[in-house]
Amino acid sequence: MSDLNYKVIIGLEIHVQLATQSKLFCACPNRFGDEPNSNVCPVCMGSPGTLPVMNKKAYEFAVRTAMAMNCEIARYTKWDRKSYYYPDLPKNYQISQYDLPLSQNGNIEITVAGEQKKIRIRRIHLEEDAGKLLHEGNVGFSQVDLNRTGTPLMEIVTEPDLSTPEEARVFGTELRTLVRTLGVSEANMQQGQMRLEPNINLVITKDGKQYKTPIAEVKNLGSLRALERACAYEIQRQLADWEKTGVTMETGFKSTRGWDEQTGTTVLQREKEEAEDYRYFPDPDLVPVVVEKDWLDAIRKSLPELPIARRARFQTQFCFSEKDATTLVEDRATADLFEQALSLGAPVKVLCNHFISFWAMHANQRGVSIAELGVSAPRMASLAKLVGDNKINNTTAAALAEKLLTCPDDPADIAQRENLMQVSDASSLEKILDEILIANAKAVEDARTPGKKQQKAFGFILGQVMQKTRGQANPQVVNQLLQKKLAEKN
Amino acid sequence: MSNEISEAQVRHVAKLSRLKLTDEQINLYTRQLGAILEYIKKLNELDTTGVEPMAHVAPLRNVLRDDIAGTGMGIDKVLQNAPDSDPPFFKVPRVLEDSSGA
Ligand SMILES: [Zn+2]
Repeated sequence: MSDLNYKVIIGLEIHVQLATQSKLFCACPNRFGDEPNSNVCPVCMGSPGTLPVMNKKAYEFAVRTAMAMNCEIARYTKWDRKSYYYPDLPKNYQISQYDLPLSQNGNIEITVAGEQKKIRIRRIHLEEDAGKLLHEGNVGFSQVDLNRTGTPLMEIVTEPDLSTPEEARVFGTELRTLVRTLGVSEANMQQGQMRLEPNINLVITKDGKQYKTPIAEVKNLGSLRALERACAYEIQRQLADWEKTGVTMETGFKSTRGWDEQTGTTVLQREKEEAEDYRYFPDPDLVPVVVEKDWLDAIRKSLPELPIARRARFQTQFCFSEKDATTLVEDRATADLFEQALSLGAPVKVLCNHFISFWAMHANQRGVSIAELGVSAPRMASLAKLVGDNKINNTTAAALAEKLLTCPDDPADIAQRENLMQVSDASSLEKILDEILIANAKAVEDARTPGKKQQKAFGFILGQVMQKTRGQANPQVVNQLLQKKLAEKN
Repeated sequence: MSNEISEAQVRHVAKLSRLKLTDEQINLYTRQLGAILEYIKKLNELDTTGVEPMAHVAPLRNVLRDDIAGTGMGIDKVLQNAPDSDPPFFKVPRVLEDSSGA
């Protein structure tokens, strides 16, 4: 390969299920796991004579998201019908937004390997989801469940600004954190609550000439890791295909491919000669939405602190590293838990330390978030306060933390009961220290004499005190006492 | 008769609509659709300079409802008019291409 290099171009199309109580155009529950077809009414079924009525909350959820992504919010939007031919949306069309989406032209900032990059958002609009078709085990027929039919979906389309599989994954993570923080979706990818579909191709430069490979859209990605792997696979596949066939965007067709988690490959689903022709037209059943300034202001005021701001605050205010701040803020409940414990008087440095050391470790071991460990903010605060007040040291704190996972008591009670409290009381420590000084005259002598042995002897005496108190002596208090004693008798 | 629409276009639209038409039908519909388009074309003669585009004829805006969930109509009723069912599912001829086009 003499002179070949290539650039990767990835754009994402994301569908996010909105966590409303009811569907987008009717009052049927927006809930999964119920008996098939139990959350269905004539509107869902597209029966003649029914009229859809827009869910205000769904609209607000989409606007919230659009605002958080710095999008322009349209003052005037309308609804369109997009032709659709499968029985999981029995109207024969999907209500969506075509030429007047509710928002456009935004961006999200991502950080990859310390570098910040702005990913432009082309548009965000609302549409209804389709139901479910089940084929498995059936010969010659399919089963239809319309519970999901008509539930609110938010479609987010990025510009093709992503240039590595890692960037795609980081963007997905950022988006998931954002919609969770905004409270608009649970965004569980495995359950299909957030579906990311990358459009990917390469611009290959060889011997000074440029070649663009045909765009592939990849579906069926059940995790952010799958998204990253699928993009990486596509890069190699498209490169190899082009080297073998020379087919480019001009001579080949756009294709849809499905990700196969088992084999770690993408499989061709269909190739389209012509552009999709959905024959959109305005839906006469729905009137336009005009967004007044007051409404927008109210939505803007209700926005929570956004992940990017919270992450920055966690770094500057609490001295977390960028990585730790990112991990903490990724789960809103965990970040909230941290701030709750802080407001209950936990010393910030100690609490940070506990979060990134043993709380993170226990959460990782169990495959849950810190918030899901079942240790409440007051108990975490209490544990941090014990350390802050020099009642226990960090080793004891780690041991206590483990107990808190299974025992519902307050850490102070456990420490008291199990005799783990640090001895900081000077008079009782002085008594112990005096005994040790008498028993170790040689070491005392060395500790007083400037020279090589001094430091070592000092440490030895400290060690004796710690041993005698089973590690519960407050090292700072003992240190001060010992220095005082050595000076006194000099 | 005008050439507002070609037979090829009618075939394309029929394909998109999943309609199987005979050559006679194609010929007939090409003429009929052409006549309709010819008639509609008259609208283009209207001077619309300075007229705001209109998305809906009803003088209504923001017909929205609060997000309060009710209940479905019941599986028996839902399936009542279906040509075929496999309760609690609708039963349809096997769908080959995976949809999720939404
Ligand atoms: Zn319904």
